[in-house]
Amino acid sequence: MSDTIIHEVTQSEYKYGFTTDIETEVIPVGLNENVVRIISAKKNEPEWMLDFRLKAYRHWLTMKIPTWAHLKIPEIDYQSISYFAAPRKNAPQSLDEVDPELLATFNKLGIPLEEQKALSGIAVDAVMDSVSVKTTFKETLAEMGIIFCSFSEAVEHHPDLVKKYMGTVVPHTDNFYAALNSAVFSDGSFVYIPKGVRCPMELSTYFRINAVNTGQFERTLIVAEEDSYVSYLEGCTAPQRDENQLHAAIVEIVAMKNADVKYSTVQNWYPGDKEGKGGIYNFVTKRGICKGENSHISWTQVETGSAITWKYPSCILQGDNSSAEFYSVAVTNHHQQADTGTKMIHLGKNTSSHILSKGISAGVSQNSYRGLVRVGANAENARNFSQCDSLLLGDKCGAHTFPYMEVNNESAIVEHEATTSKISEDQIFYCNQRGISTEDAVGLIVNGYAKEVVDKLPMEFAVEAQKLLQITLEGSVG
Amino acid sequence: MLEIKNLHASINGKEILKGLNLSVQPGEIHAIMGPNGSGKSTLSSVITGNPAFEVTQGSIIFEGKDLQEMAPEERANEGIFLSFQYPVEIPGVSMVNFMRTAINEQRKYRELPPISATDFLRIMREKKALVEMDNKLTNRSVNEGFSGGEKKRNEIFQMAMLEPKLAILDETDSGLDIDALRIVANGVNKLKSPENATIVITHYQRLLEYIIPDYVHVLYDGKIVKSGGKDLAMELEARGYDWIKQEVAV
Repeated sequence: MSDTIIHEVTQSEYKYGFTTDIETEVIPVGLNENVVRIISAKKNEPEWMLDFRLKAYRHWLTMKIPTWAHLKIPEIDYQSISYFAAPRKNAPQSLDEVDPELLATFNKLGIPLEEQKALSGIAVDAVMDSVSVKTTFKETLAEMGIIFCSFSEAVEHHPDLVKKYMGTVVPHTDNFYAALNSAVFSDGSFVYIPKGVRCPMELSTYFRINAVNTGQFERTLIVAEEDSYVSYLEGCTAPQRDENQLHAAIVEIVAMKNADVKYSTVQNWYPGDKEGKGGIYNFVTKRGICKGENSHISWTQVETGSAITWKYPSCILQGDNSSAEFYSVAVTNHHQQADTGTKMIHLGKNTSSHILSKGISAGVSQNSYRGLVRVGANAENARNFSQCDSLLLGDKCGAHTFPYMEVNNESAIVEHEATTSKISEDQIFYCNQRGISTEDAVGLIVNGYAKEVVDKLPMEFAVEAQKLLQITLEGSVG
Repeated sequence: MLEIKNLHASINGKEILKGLNLSVQPGEIHAIMGPNGSGKSTLSSVITGNPAFEVTQGSIIFEGKDLQEMAPEERANEGIFLSFQYPVEIPGVSMVNFMRTAINEQRKYRELPPISATDFLRIMREKKALVEMDNKLTNRSVNEGFSGGEKKRNEIFQMAMLEPKLAILDETDSGLDIDALRIVANGVNKLKSPENATIVITHYQRLLEYIIPDYVHVLYDGKIVKSGGKDLAMELEARGYDWIKQEVAV
């Protein structure tokens, strides 16, 4: 089964019904030291970057796939994947060639036409507005000393910063997928906010245009110096067309003294069809470190896509008085599986963390929350509050909660609350009686349930996220 | 306006309504009374299309349309409103959002554009005053943390917002103290017009001192066994239901 899926993904030339006539640069399938060297060479990387990749690759060889998650993952043959494919090998030429269902969803979400093209993988005209917009943004940011560029550009132009911070939060030895990413990562984003600077815009618009086809092994590094602030938005609410089945990304955040980093994600990769065929496997390692005193990191995520999600955005609270939050809505429908949550590692004194996780399961999907709260021996007065809610639609899906706590300091206060509820027929009928259709009622109720988290998203994302929740669950009740 | 003929309905295979007939004209207020378990709430559920109930025989015609052909939301948008005996809580959904959604669904059904924000707020203000409803309540989630009386008042508020042609008040008086009862009844009376009709389902005669019915029907064992004017309610209050049961048994 896995062979067919991987085959479909790596070999398919016809997924959305268009033909290939663009010259592509693809290196043969499989992974070995030579492939790592080719990737590095194709990206014109310096020696130290290649060394980093090779070290990671050699370590990866010694590692085993983690099996502790509540997921059924088909066997993946890592030797049958191509690790460097020019991104737009099957690019459609116009929207007429794009899957109509995908377009219907774009329209429901109200995605502008130009953006629809970009998301569908159409080669977008180089003079379209976004390019100049992008340049304007870049100039404004540069004046303030903010660096915001692709990871490759950062390696080329800011090697000292990359060398200093890359791998310090998620080392290449961290886990199987992190090691794989460190060896073969394609590209990603780099953000640097200098001391005392408050980034004046959400780093999103740029990214939404820029992020298409950054590839299956993304790597993001955000460094916020003392007294700085940044809000970073990842992803897009539109379902992204993608030829890659396996995604293994890394995100690292470093927050210095008094720095404040807000990271928001809306993830809507292709979840597979209603029978559970196809879909993205998303194995992500996201972690931030509150390095300095009074620093703050918050993760907000709305996860509706991917066939399999394995993802635990975490925080290391090293600085005294630092604080962190994790706000999550994870939706699974049909055959989707999600095992997602967070880790809060309290090391400094007077640190606090807040976890709010809202799972929504429908169809025959499986949705698990997995979280760890660890309080170190020296973490005086650590404080954690966790709340994990599950909402079930129908009686064939599963919701699971796996909270772990390791408390090594007696002054800590750690609280955990969990609830499980169902959308009742009474609620639906009540809405029906007020003239609201069952489908709209489900959307209304689900959005009400997820509101606390969605409210944490920046405005422009929140509206789309609400629509997305409803669309994802269409047809899941009655 | 509403013609119910020989209606039989059951839940989980158990027959509750056993040949009910009822005719309601615009401008009329009908009270339906009866002992516990006689089928009063089943009647309101069946008219509004609650899927838990099955109609096995008979017909319900509303303004010439066969309600059995219509989904619950269509019946609502045709102008049928039910004030629930037990209003449901919907966490996280504000009353404002809920009401705007409901009104816009109704407008869409009637091929009207969505209501403007200013109009909506103005109507909200007017109708809140009508049922003396606190601003606090409309900013909260639907019925969440409302007291029993607040929930009932909220039902009448929604009725005022949606301006139904036919309103069914299912045990709206239960759990209300005398002041709340007066406010709710006042609201209902102010909304009364020659074009709309009301069915008041109640256990006690108490509510009928405030909402004066044109007709009173006694529902017993799934059928309307006696009908009369408002005096019948007084008689029931004084004599209880036993004499009706005996009459039926004869």
